[in-house]
Amino acid sequence: MDAGSWSQSSSSKAKSRSPLQDRLIRRKNSRENLDRFIPNRSAMDFDFAHYMLTEGRKGKENPLVSSPSREAYQKQLAEALNMNRTRILAFKNKPPTPVELIPDHILNPPLHTKSTKPKRHIPQSSERTLDAPDIVDDFYLNLLDWGSSNVISIALGNTVYLWNASDSSTSELVTVDEGDGPVTSVSWAPDGRHIAIGLNNSHVQLWDSTSNRLLRTLKGGHRGRVGSLAWNNHILTTGGLDGRIINNDVRIRSNIVETYRGHQQEVCGLKWSSSGQQLASGGNDNLVHIWDNSMASSSSPTHWLHRLEDHIAAVKALAWCPFQGNLIATGGGGSDQCIKFWNTHTGACINSVNTGSQVCALLWNKNERELLSSHGFTQNQLILWKYPSMVKMAELTGHSSRVLHMTQSPDGCTAASAAADETLRFWNVFGTPELSKPKPRANPEPFAHINRIR
Amino acid sequence: MAARTVAKDIITLRGSAAIVSEFFGYAANSILYNRGVYPEESFAKVKKYGLPMLLTQDEGVKSFIADLTAQLSQWLEAGKLQRIVLVIMSKATGEVLERWNFSIETDSEVVEKGVSREKSDKEIMREIQAIMRQIASSITYLPCLDETCVFDVLAYTDKDVAVPFTWVESDPKLIANPQMVKLHSFDTKIHKVDTLVSYKNDEWEEQ
Repeated sequence: MDAGSWSQSSSSKAKSRSPLQDRLIRRKNSRENLDRFIPNRSAMDFDFAHYMLTEGRKGKENPLVSSPSREAYQKQLAEALNMNRTRILAFKNKPPTPVELIPDHILNPPLHTKSTKPKRHIPQSSERTLDAPDIVDDFYLNLLDWGSSNVISIALGNTVYLWNASDSSTSELVTVDEGDGPVTSVSWAPDGRHIAIGLNNSHVQLWDSTSNRLLRTLKGGHRGRVGSLAWNNHILTTGGLDGRIINNDVRIRSNIVETYRGHQQEVCGLKWSSSGQQLASGGNDNLVHIWDNSMASSSSPTHWLHRLEDHIAAVKALAWCPFQGNLIATGGGGSDQCIKFWNTHTGACINSVNTGSQVCALLWNKNERELLSSHGFTQNQLILWKYPSMVKMAELTGHSSRVLHMTQSPDGCTAASAAADETLRFWNVFGTPELSKPKPRANPEPFAHINRIR
Repeated sequence: MAARTVAKDIITLRGSAAIVSEFFGYAANSILYNRGVYPEESFAKVKKYGLPMLLTQDEGVKSFIADLTAQLSQWLEAGKLQRIVLVIMSKATGEVLERWNFSIETDSEVVEKGVSREKSDKEIMREIQAIMRQIASSITYLPCLDETCVFDVLAYTDKDVAVPFTWVESDPKLIANPQMVKLHSFDTKIHKVDTLVSYKNDEWEEQ
């Protein structure tokens, strides 16, 4: 018998059923005679029990009388009577909710930060080093990309190599003619199968990596080398020495669908936001532009949404924040040495940090609020920053010349860096897959357990 | 001499209502403390019923319970209060985790005819003390409340009671398929209070 479901007390019940009154009083007196086994009968509702016994039997004895509608009526009647007996009231003003209890407050967030942070060991040396002979030592190029199928493409001189990170196998995709090369940029399409290659002769080639087949060559867009590439679904955006940025629809014959005019010098950084709504471009003219898809038109060159003029050197390093859609980090070259953070909705500079060295590349940690930057003279190091405090968490040295390119594994755990010292290095800075996966689950787990206890 | 002894043990409706509402105030404080609804440090010790009792020092909770007991004694004097339920709910989900149920039986003759009854204060105190001890010891068998909880108080009154404008009608906030433990009861000969705690069934144990 649920204490709450039958809101009747024997005294009020007695009022509504006067014939029972005598018996009730008698029983009240007899309560004094305690039973050895049931010393207290006050919690038992004899009226209700009696009703259930007798009424229940009546229904069984006389099945003809009890039709479904009659039962429903009786049920409703009983409910209504029950409701009529009592009124359940509560204060309009609720008691103050407790200030977050100590377990919730202290155990959760600090446990998260305190226990997971020291746990994650950041190896100070590279996990693996591969040779990258003949890599072109040119700040303005983008020669390294890690595709979604876990294959790294790297351009060394006139040749594009593919290194499969799953089985460590290497293959050559293509060697371009001496006159066309060297290769100035590589970029995987989101499918991890198709790859775009920018060339010194202003052409862009599209390759199918599974069949090693040249699918098409995009010509006539640029008048100089194509040093930067960025995919947005079927749109391949190319940035050239001529300062032009072109959107190519790779599916259609007349591939040029849009041009962005804003840079006066070579475009060396190009990145689409994860939503595909905004494009960031950085150039040798020290400018960063934010372009918005909604302002695009095929007829006339598109105007920028924001022109960010705070850097005082070429901007190649661009990284959209994975956890805040309107935040981008940009890094300036030799005489600038700053990492700047921007709100791309308003164009406001949120923060600027001088790193003491040219910023060649930037990568966000997908699992934690951290940013990795790669640098040149004098340390040629990688720096892991805590965001937004910008406290240095680790400095990784190993490269002996400027670290020109960085890319991130599809699982977000490993960073690969290619430097002018002709090496490609792998760093487990963002945590190993085994460690980073259980971490988010580790917290809900004790609570799931507790929910089961109750 | 004989007359004085009799006078001492006489209990009126008003006195009984005061005892019951005061009992509920202390019981609510004790439940909130022992079940950890509010942090331990927000309670202070006082002596009551021959026991060390803890009372909240939180102004918000204090005034809530004060307003509550004031209203309860009014209803008790009118014999309109059938039951008081202190409900403990999860703050995050609003799920009802515990119901502390105090059912009240009122001697209708006292309310209607204004007669008084006889029972010594000492005896009543002893009965209340037993309940308070049980509330304090209930943490040994009640499931742990490991999340932040909130509480509410429901008053079951007769239907003919006019709803004060600071009160609203509420649903009973029942627990489906609960576990129940009956605690001691006390009787002022005018109001008889039965205490019962029901809580969410511990399904995990059965696995």
